[in-house]
Amino acid sequence: MKPATFTYCSPSTIEEAVKLLEEYGDTGKIIAGGQSFIPILNMRMSEPECLIDINQINELNGVRVEEGVLKIGALTKQRELEQSDAIKIHVPILSEATPYIGHVQTRNRGTVGGSVAHADPSAELPLCFLALDAEIVIQSIDGTRKISINDFFITYLTTEVMPEEILTEIHVPLSEHTGYAFEEFSRRHGDFALAAVACILSVDEIGKVDKVRLVLGGVDAIPLLAEEAMEYLAGKSITEETIERAVELAVKDADPDEDLHASKEYRVHMAKVLTRKALIKAYNRALGKEV
Amino acid sequence: MSNLSIEQKMNVSLSINGREVEAEAEPRKLLSDFIREDLGLTGTHVGCEHGVCGSCTVLYNGAAVRSCLMFAVQANGSDIQTIEGLAKNGEQHVLQQSFTECHGLQCGFCTPGILMSSLEMLNSGEEPTKQEIKEMLSGHLCRCTGYTGIIAAIERACGIKKCKEGDN
Repeated sequence: MKPATFTYCSPSTIEEAVKLLEEYGDTGKIIAGGQSFIPILNMRMSEPECLIDINQINELNGVRVEEGVLKIGALTKQRELEQSDAIKIHVPILSEATPYIGHVQTRNRGTVGGSVAHADPSAELPLCFLALDAEIVIQSIDGTRKISINDFFITYLTTEVMPEEILTEIHVPLSEHTGYAFEEFSRRHGDFALAAVACILSVDEIGKVDKVRLVLGGVDAIPLLAEEAMEYLAGKSITEETIERAVELAVKDADPDEDLHASKEYRVHMAKVLTRKALIKAYNRALGKEV
Repeated sequence: MSNLSIEQKMNVSLSINGREVEAEAEPRKLLSDFIREDLGLTGTHVGCEHGVCGSCTVLYNGAAVRSCLMFAVQANGSDIQTIEGLAKNGEQHVLQQSFTECHGLQCGFCTPGILMSSLEMLNSGEEPTKQEIKEMLSGHLCRCTGYTGIIAAIERACGIKKCKEGDN
């Protein structure tokens, strides 16, 4: 359980980091919090030639609001997200979801950008950012590009970030008075989710669903945006009947793997239970009711 | 910026339990192994070596982290606290007294890690709820005692600390 040898670089600016990425290409890997990556190294599932440690790049740190957009630096610790007042006020779904990420001891070190770039389909932050319709900022030696999170995840642990690129920021558009909910079930607290659901929902003046985004985790190779359910719910009242229909539509494309922790059927069942809970909670919050 | 070639050792200087130390480490050396093998502080235990069991927990700049999920070179310039720094002048720390008092340990393998996470909690100055203690403990595996005694010990220690501060 010891990593293979590697060259260690610790750049202090993004420019230096992307230069190193250009130099090492596929054989260089960025390390941020390392809470998923170091176990992979320790088990020698990955043996990169060079580790580019971005922890000294201060400009990647922190949370700020600019022109109606919440900007989260990739190196922001998950623990900081959990405790941030700005997050609690502007994007409370993140405050609700972060306590589910691993344990306090891993959140103290694990980063927001790391979780998104690692793209585990049962991880909490990718789900939330997809529900929030975020934008991902990526930088390389050629400059900066922005990509919608809707196009970001490709498959298990694979994203649009190319080997010579670095994820630098996550941008979340701010909107007032929206309902939100994050629901997750795992066998033990801090374990990988068997299923998880993130929901953002707003209502119009007569209490009908205005906009809704619903994302399921742990049921496919990438976080699953439940588009059919979202289209169905738009403009409708939330009743037992519409919820049940939305729940069925939401899991239509769910195709979870089976492993020793849970069968496929059980995961789909849990996804339905959690979708129902999340929709009701988000709807009640959108109406301004206590949940 | 520092670049190192494979197997070339790097200088690591850090403060451990208030003492400044300097040593050399290969980049791939885990902080847990560095603490045990190079600094000779074997109170930090190594269990699973992939971040699951929590026995290697230390305080890194005041925050409880798994030392098997960090490289020693990443700790350069930092302030590390380990279990060896708890007792002062031969007198047990309030956490250690409480774990003894409340039967918070049996074989003791997981205890150093749990004490370091508890120390972070204690240092925050807020009295935690039982639920918060349980959530913090979810990051640690104990296979002997069950967690009842451990929870009681942490509650006691946080209570005592509060009383003491109230007295001042």
